[in-house]
Amino acid sequence: MVNRRQTLGLAAGAIAFGAMPLRLYAQENAQFIPSLVYRTGPYGPNGEPFANGAADYYTLINERDGGINGVEIVFEECDTQYNNDKGVECYERLKNKGPTGAAAFSPLSTGITYALIERARADKIPIFSMGYGRTDASYGPVFPHVFTAPATYWSQATSLIQYVAAQEGGLEALKGKKIALVYHDSAYGKEPIRTLEALSEMFGYKLSLFPVAHPGLEQKATWLKVGRQVRPDWVLMWGWGVMNSTAIKEAAAVGFPMERFIGNWWSGSENDVMPAGDTAVGYKSANFHGAGATWPVHQDIFKHVYDAGKGAGKRERVGEVLYNRGVTNAMIVVEAIRTAQEIHGNKPLTGWQVRDGFENLNLSAERLAELGLADFMQPIRLSCEDHEGGGSVYVQQWDGKEWKRVSDWIPPMRDVVWPMIKESALAYAKEKGITPRSCA
Amino acid sequence: METLSAVLVEPFVAIAEAPMFFFEVLIGGLLSGVMYALVALGFVLIFKASGVFNFAQGAMVLFAALFFVGFIDLGWPIWLSLIVTILVMILLALAIERVVLRPLVNQDPIILFMATIGITFFLDGFGQTLWGSDVRRLDIGIPEDPLIIAGLYINQFDIYAAVICGLLVLGLALFFQYTPTGRALRAVADDHQAAMSIGIPLNVIWAIVWTVAGIVGLVAGIMWGAKLGVQFNLALIALKALPVLILGGFTSVPGAIVGGLIIGAGEKVAEVFWGEVLGGAIEDWFAYMLAMVFLLFRPQGLFGEKIIERV
Repeated sequence: MVNRRQTLGLAAGAIAFGAMPLRLYAQENAQFIPSLVYRTGPYGPNGEPFANGAADYYTLINERDGGINGVEIVFEECDTQYNNDKGVECYERLKNKGPTGAAAFSPLSTGITYALIERARADKIPIFSMGYGRTDASYGPVFPHVFTAPATYWSQATSLIQYVAAQEGGLEALKGKKIALVYHDSAYGKEPIRTLEALSEMFGYKLSLFPVAHPGLEQKATWLKVGRQVRPDWVLMWGWGVMNSTAIKEAAAVGFPMERFIGNWWSGSENDVMPAGDTAVGYKSANFHGAGATWPVHQDIFKHVYDAGKGAGKRERVGEVLYNRGVTNAMIVVEAIRTAQEIHGNKPLTGWQVRDGFENLNLSAERLAELGLADFMQPIRLSCEDHEGGGSVYVQQWDGKEWKRVSDWIPPMRDVVWPMIKESALAYAKEKGITPRSCA
Repeated sequence: METLSAVLVEPFVAIAEAPMFFFEVLIGGLLSGVMYALVALGFVLIFKASGVFNFAQGAMVLFAALFFVGFIDLGWPIWLSLIVTILVMILLALAIERVVLRPLVNQDPIILFMATIGITFFLDGFGQTLWGSDVRRLDIGIPEDPLIIAGLYINQFDIYAAVICGLLVLGLALFFQYTPTGRALRAVADDHQAAMSIGIPLNVIWAIVWTVAGIVGLVAGIMWGAKLGVQFNLALIALKALPVLILGGFTSVPGAIVGGLIIGAGEKVAEVFWGEVLGGAIEDWFAYMLAMVFLLFRPQGLFGEKIIERV
């Protein structure tokens, strides 16, 4: 006697079995995109909105457009917990999935990016480290497979110094000023030091460095030094996770004015200011894309993803800074694949074919408007030599409820940064025995 | 020679030149130490009563804070959220005693320690499964503006935390000293078998001590949660309590307090006056190093019970 539950189970099994060939066929003709994310661990609260933004954008492309030029996107997440070992494990697990292997990896961690660069070079898979990772990997002749668009830490450092200079009355006014850098004591946090030191020699400001040990739960000593001993004119911060909100609170506790405290783009999300409450009002940070859910792309995400019950996160969190960063990351990957299809045809592509798409990417203002992202970010144009593309950021300020833009787009000092990038990349090539390719 | 001067001379010159700043750092460190002691207390209570090093104390802090802020976010008043969270911690203590500890009675301490590692992973996962991993703001109305006393900047929040910690310690002291349950707990702490032989039920005592540790964890979770926001990282503050325990002794409540004060003041003074010459960001490892130096002279910690083994 087959009861009702068993009948339903058998029916569900039959449907699933019947659908399997169709599903397998669909996967055979799909573009596989791996997602290295961290929804758990100490940095999970920041990794989750980013992962949701990326997942929602891929779902939108499938639901609204039927994939990229008819090629469905299949994406799979692997949780790294922001841990280098797990990042490498995820990479090895996902690199050969899908009919043509991984299209590109976005490691979402500077440490994991460092760990994957040479593996990915050997495996011929592009690495897209958007706003993190090795800055000198922007130099295409040495790193043909790494892309750092739309901006790097070194570019960002020059933009922030320009912002500070503008507030002080010009670059000449920086002479004799005191600028402090409070940074996460890791490869990530140390990235801007070289650039800030070079600019300090050029413009005559005094740079003081304050490392904060991971994860940054306790910073009283650091801020007593900053706020009561050194008393800088400006503080820049390269922080992440709980370090950011703790820094904001401790800065307030020593009376440091928030208007003169600027975080980098990983220190400027809702998660960084909300726990600090009213003390965070006035705090500033850099950003390279818009904040809020007011762009047409967000309306499409609500309509095609959340209304269909396929959203990865909570509807009310669509548009937060880190969510939008996930959207930006996914959008650039999709546009790189679309560009690669123009070269290699509308079919699932290998990682190395997708690399061609990255290298020829031209995200013009018109194209961004077509994507529903007008003035969301600055246009990007990549080339054989330049894998960074744009480099501009703006400064945003927290008003207690939302982030407000308080500056125009600030382009980097390319004349300062690019020679440093080239020199560092060529030194890396020499050390590793890599012959730089010609871009002539 | 320059390095020796930077380590042995310059910091003292800096202190002599700016004594007020030194006092500001010292007071800030002592107040931070109180916050460390708050976490260390939970470890001490359980170790004292059962000889178990409760690896899950940090997870209990996070677990309690997640429930407390979760109830507040549901629109419940703070007092009701507090009462219901205490009930949750009592239920948790009963469940741990029944499911984990009771089947492991008479096992080696290392087995019980491993069991608490399991509890850690369960609490971390279960709490975040129920309440999510978002960062949640916890506002309990404590002012956070700096207080300027005789030219010294002192964080008001830290002063409130110190007062609350003091009240908690006073409450625990009264409980241990003047209630029958407290006396039973002390008897169990002194000798399990002797306590059982006079009719003190070990299982009940363990449930009570885990409840008390859970409530101490709740207080720590509220204070640290109000400071940092309620998030996964709260579980990591246990790492700040370990050097306090090593220094103060695993079995002494006063040891946890004094240890917290020494570690807090020591690491802050070291970071400010010696940090630069030692590469910066030294306060975390300095706390452990300071505790290790104390261990060389008093292996049982400042207030720990001396271990005497007779042959």
